[in-house]
Amino acid sequence: MTASGAVSSRTVLSSADIDRALTRIAYEILEANKGPEDLVLMGIPLRGYPLARRLAEKIAAAAPGVDPAAITGQLDVTMFRDDLARRPTRPPYATRVPVTGIDDKVVVLVDDVLYSGRTIRSALDALVDLGRPRIVRLAVLVDRGHRELPIRADHVGKNLPTSSAEQVRVRLAECDTPATDEVVIEGTA
Amino acid sequence: MRHLLSTADLSHRDALAILDTAEQMAAVGEREVKKLPALRGRTVVNLFFEDSTRTRISFEAAAKRLSADVINFSAKGSSVSKGESLKDTAQTLAAMGADAVVIRHGSSGAPARLASSGWIDAAVLNAGDGTHEHPTQALLDAFTMRRHWARLHGTESTGTDLAGMKVLIAGDVLHSRVARSDLWLLRTLGAEVTLVAPPTLLPFGVGSWPCTVSYDLDDALAARPDAVMMLRVQGERMDSAFFPSVREYSRRWGLDDVRLDRLDTLGLKDTIIMHPGPMNRGLEISARAADSPRSTVLDQVRNGVSVRMASLYLLLSGENSTDRTAQEQKR
Repeated sequence: MTASGAVSSRTVLSSADIDRALTRIAYEILEANKGPEDLVLMGIPLRGYPLARRLAEKIAAAAPGVDPAAITGQLDVTMFRDDLARRPTRPPYATRVPVTGIDDKVVVLVDDVLYSGRTIRSALDALVDLGRPRIVRLAVLVDRGHRELPIRADHVGKNLPTSSAEQVRVRLAECDTPATDEVVIEGTA
Repeated sequence: MRHLLSTADLSHRDALAILDTAEQMAAVGEREVKKLPALRGRTVVNLFFEDSTRTRISFEAAAKRLSADVINFSAKGSSVSKGESLKDTAQTLAAMGADAVVIRHGSSGAPARLASSGWIDAAVLNAGDGTHEHPTQALLDAFTMRRHWARLHGTESTGTDLAGMKVLIAGDVLHSRVARSDLWLLRTLGAEVTLVAPPTLLPFGVGSWPCTVSYDLDDALAARPDAVMMLRVQGERMDSAFFPSVREYSRRWGLDDVRLDRLDTLGLKDTIIMHPGPMNRGLEISARAADSPRSTVLDQVRNGVSVRMASLYLLLSGENSTDRTAQEQKR
């Protein structure tokens, strides 16, 4: 954000929009996988994990017999980032793999915003160290463009054309205060 | 944090950051691929002027699990035995491009000298200096205690401290850098510490330390500690007699079978027995106590790798230190 120019902020996804987008993604995941077999949702901290939990709940609602907790995991990518030496030290988050493991599973990586693609690159590296999934897919709530690597998402909540001067903020009730769901674009208008 | 020299200058926040990071590092040790790429291309030098098994191997394993390159240096068989000074050794390492130096030295303050002298521009980790400090040992002790304490309270250990825990540290406090490091860190984390030793093995000025001091192990055990840490009797640092005989020491200040059974009769079923190693079995700790289910000696060794991984990661990742402090001030 530059010092000149007023800082504008507009809500692009409301709580209901986020819920609808996640419902659609959940059905897309089920459709692409032809059912819930072998599905594992790995959320990338911080906000990917609550999104993965919500997707798992929706998948369980659509496909009876699925235990949402048993197919959700968290994948920390901190140690695999390519900018460790350029950014302030970040403490790692926990990695939690479902008891079934990820070998020969269909792993869906879940994150809030897809931007440069570098987080997803580190996630792919982190995943390799945990096992060998049969298929890896990517689901994101928001795709804001400006990719720096040949990476694309399989399931997108909303495509947001942005300028790189803007910031996309995702707030989720699980991890933000005030506890609301929204996606906001901030930046010089 | 630029160096890890002592636990006395570790803030509550920094201590928790290291312990929490260590918690994540511990999970890596249980995976199939026990390696992270975080310190790829960095060089860690283990500079050991004193003998050590577990600390050196632990640091080596920690650095390797983070994909750093490790150079081991021990004073025996090196140019130090030809009379090379610490300064020249340090400058040699600097010229070879060391990013971190793990140093153990017989003289208190040698790591601080290395960190502040400007001889070498690397992160310095104190792996034990004379009778001063051994911070990573204290961190792994605190990590072990915190896991035990959190399990007793049925909570996750991440983010918690040791508030309310009663820790008894018994033995050769005079020569023990572990006792000093443990005391400062445990106090920072909110634990109460009692030191027990023969009067001859207590340092001058111990009265001003933030702890209770006792000469009687049985009295101290009756105060119902949650953890009992037995210190090694450091024969190699004793050039005169500090106690009449080994038998007498063992009888009065050792955790023998009688005292081990007394823990049960006192109803202290959750009290753990710790030892920084190497143990003198039959002197400060009996074989049965060392091998009992209460003993966390092997957990301590295992946790040592995690804590050292966390320390190396937090010191070596991130931008170079000057920019980092500027960033921290901004935040």
